Amino acid sequence: MAELDKNDGSMDATPNVTEVVAVDATDETAAVAAIEAPVERGEPILQVRNLVKHFPLSQGILFKRQVGAVKAVDGVSFDLYQGETLGIVGESGCGKSTVAKLLMTLETATAGEVFYKGQDITKLSGRALKAVRRNIQMVFQDPYTSLNPRMTVGDIIGEPFDIHPEVAPKGDRRARVQELLDVVGLNPEYINRYPHQFSGGQRQRIGIARGLALNPEIIICDEPVSALDVSVQAQVINLMEKLQDEFNLSYVFIAHDLSIVRHISDRVGVMYLGKMAEIGTDTEIYDHPTHPYTQALLSAVPVPDPEARERGERIILTGDVPSPANPPSGCRFRTRCWKAQDKCSTELPLLAVPERFKGSESAAAHESACHFAEEKDVVGAAS
Amino acid sequence: MTIMDKTADIPAPRSGGPDDARLLEVRDLHVEFHTRDGVAKAVNGVNYSVDPGETLAVLGESGSGKSVTAQAIMGILDMPPGKIPQGQILYRGQDMLTMSYEERRKIRGQKIAMIFQDALSSLNPVLSVGYQLGEMFRVHQGLSRKQAKAKAIELMERVKIPAAKQRVTDYPHQFSGGMRQRIMIAMALALEPDLIIADEPTTALDVTVQAQVMDLLKDLQTEFNMGLILITHDLGVVADVADKIAVMYAGRIVETAPVHELYKRPAHPYTRGLLDSIPRLDQKGQELYAIKGLPPNLLKIPSGCAFNPRCPKAEDICRTEIPALVPVSEQDGSELPGRGSACHFWKETIHG
Repeated sequence: MAELDKNDGSMDATPNVTEVVAVDATDETAAVAAIEAPVERGEPILQVRNLVKHFPLSQGILFKRQVGAVKAVDGVSFDLYQGETLGIVGESGCGKSTVAKLLMTLETATAGEVFYKGQDITKLSGRALKAVRRNIQMVFQDPYTSLNPRMTVGDIIGEPFDIHPEVAPKGDRRARVQELLDVVGLNPEYINRYPHQFSGGQRQRIGIARGLALNPEIIICDEPVSALDVSVQAQVINLMEKLQDEFNLSYVFIAHDLSIVRHISDRVGVMYLGKMAEIGTDTEIYDHPTHPYTQALLSAVPVPDPEARERGERIILTGDVPSPANPPSGCRFRTRCWKAQDKCSTELPLLAVPERFKGSESAAAHESACHFAEEKDVVGAAS
Repeated sequence: MTIMDKTADIPAPRSGGPDDARLLEVRDLHVEFHTRDGVAKAVNGVNYSVDPGETLAVLGESGSGKSVTAQAIMGILDMPPGKIPQGQILYRGQDMLTMSYEERRKIRGQKIAMIFQDALSSLNPVLSVGYQLGEMFRVHQGLSRKQAKAKAIELMERVKIPAAKQRVTDYPHQFSGGMRQRIMIAMALALEPDLIIADEPTTALDVTVQAQVMDLLKDLQTEFNMGLILITHDLGVVADVADKIAVMYAGRIVETAPVHELYKRPAHPYTRGLLDSIPRLDQKGQELYAIKGLPPNLLKIPSGCAFNPRCPKAEDICRTEIPALVPVSEQDGSELPGRGSACHFWKETIHG
């Protein structure tokens, strides 16, 4: 965190995100009350500040010593507003799934905070943590391995009620599970079937029903449609949009398919090697990207239009993503960037509105972590 | 299967001489799998052809029979349970299905090579990549170990793997996903085949790496004037590299067309549905178009047109009669070269 300290105070790394109003809950009951309180539409519901997760690399069998760390997530900050969808895109290994796990408190953060309604969930425990976990649910990538093959659909969807019995009293559960099956577009009579009797799209619907069971406020979707067939993907995306309106949900939507992310998201964040490279509304990111990585990513996406082959410049990056155990100094992207200069290897670019666009009304004026941020005409995805 | 014979009438987009000059031609191929639950008809009368230097994209969802067709061409189908009850696979006019095992073995690898989807599970984890690349030369050309290793290094350089000399003794797990896929490509290229079958070559890769790999494949294809069969479900990749497209559904080709034509004017409701379900900019905030229902179970393919339960245009005839792949023409009757559609209502679909 040496780079951050130079800017007196870690909050300076993200000057454009609003100050977190931390609710000072001295005891658990107050914390639970704060978590149960409703949030207005458009207000921040989840605030992530300088989130860091390093996985230690150790050597030796008897006397283990740490020889380094995989910096999977290295200082990520963003806000999620009530009722919106925040898309997170990036290549494999950029840390997007680790962010999902940290938000779910499935992993403990090395440093940084995640505020859910003003409560730092990385420091909660006991009843308050349980209340948070009820309100943040997850839909997993692979519907083939995320459902237990030995449990019936009714047991899978009803299992959250065993942990949080206050949501559905015992006698009610079956009826509630059938209601959930109906909500996600499955026949309620399928309650006694096993996962292998369903197709991929139907299984993903079961996964979504399980995520909805506890009436959460936030659903974190980690590549929810990438394992599905093209014709079924659209069905699941439509279902997720319908449910968002119906239950007033906020989504963190992690995916690598840029056109689907654009369709479903209100705002999009682009991650590279554990850091957020650029974040903004979907138009800002897709039509006016200023970070070279975003530009390269967008132009690499094959466009389903044969005429696009002939028009526009295509940026093809050379090489692979560097190892997160030993990331490049300064800007993480500099080893593959065509704009890289000496400054990039010494100075870490901060995620902020670039100096040259400050005060401008143009869509290019959004947060971008590049010293030489500028617009560039590229073949866009899904345009 | 008399109806399938009509497909022979479809004119080729590139008239490259007589029929027997075709690099590869698949004629009325059927593949079925005998399982405990019954007979799964994976391929039900597929016809397609590839010329040298041409890229044919086979587009389809999982279970459409696109990979099984490729495996039948390569002769790597598991038989049993697989069975090829009828059909021909002609390589330069010779039927490979009636050849002896030894004859076939000479074609496989030397003349027709395949790139598999998942490079990590297709490479042997306990042998170095140099050994695996060199195996091609040792087995087919009888080179010594030393010569094979030199050839392997040459190949790795050709697919632009940095520091090939040092990395030739590395094992597959020491390479990144994109590099592994390059090794797969190098292996397929080793004996400079006439035809490469690439089964979802970039599906497991990130978009930035996918662009690199597809670029490399395209360059090498032009360099050696190879035919390429690209099997994929990604409409974007197809638009980028293909010359002509065959769309498969439930073991049949439902539409064939040159790449530009297909995207502009699909002549089959399934193709139209696939194109419409891609999110487009002007549809933001609206519901995406979705093909309703699920792909069919190959054990019980619907009667008539296999797509009829999911088709918005289905009528009674679709439920009883299997539509043949017929040539598609312009409204005034003029021919559209290379186009065909297996829909009773193709006229309404393309011109309507």
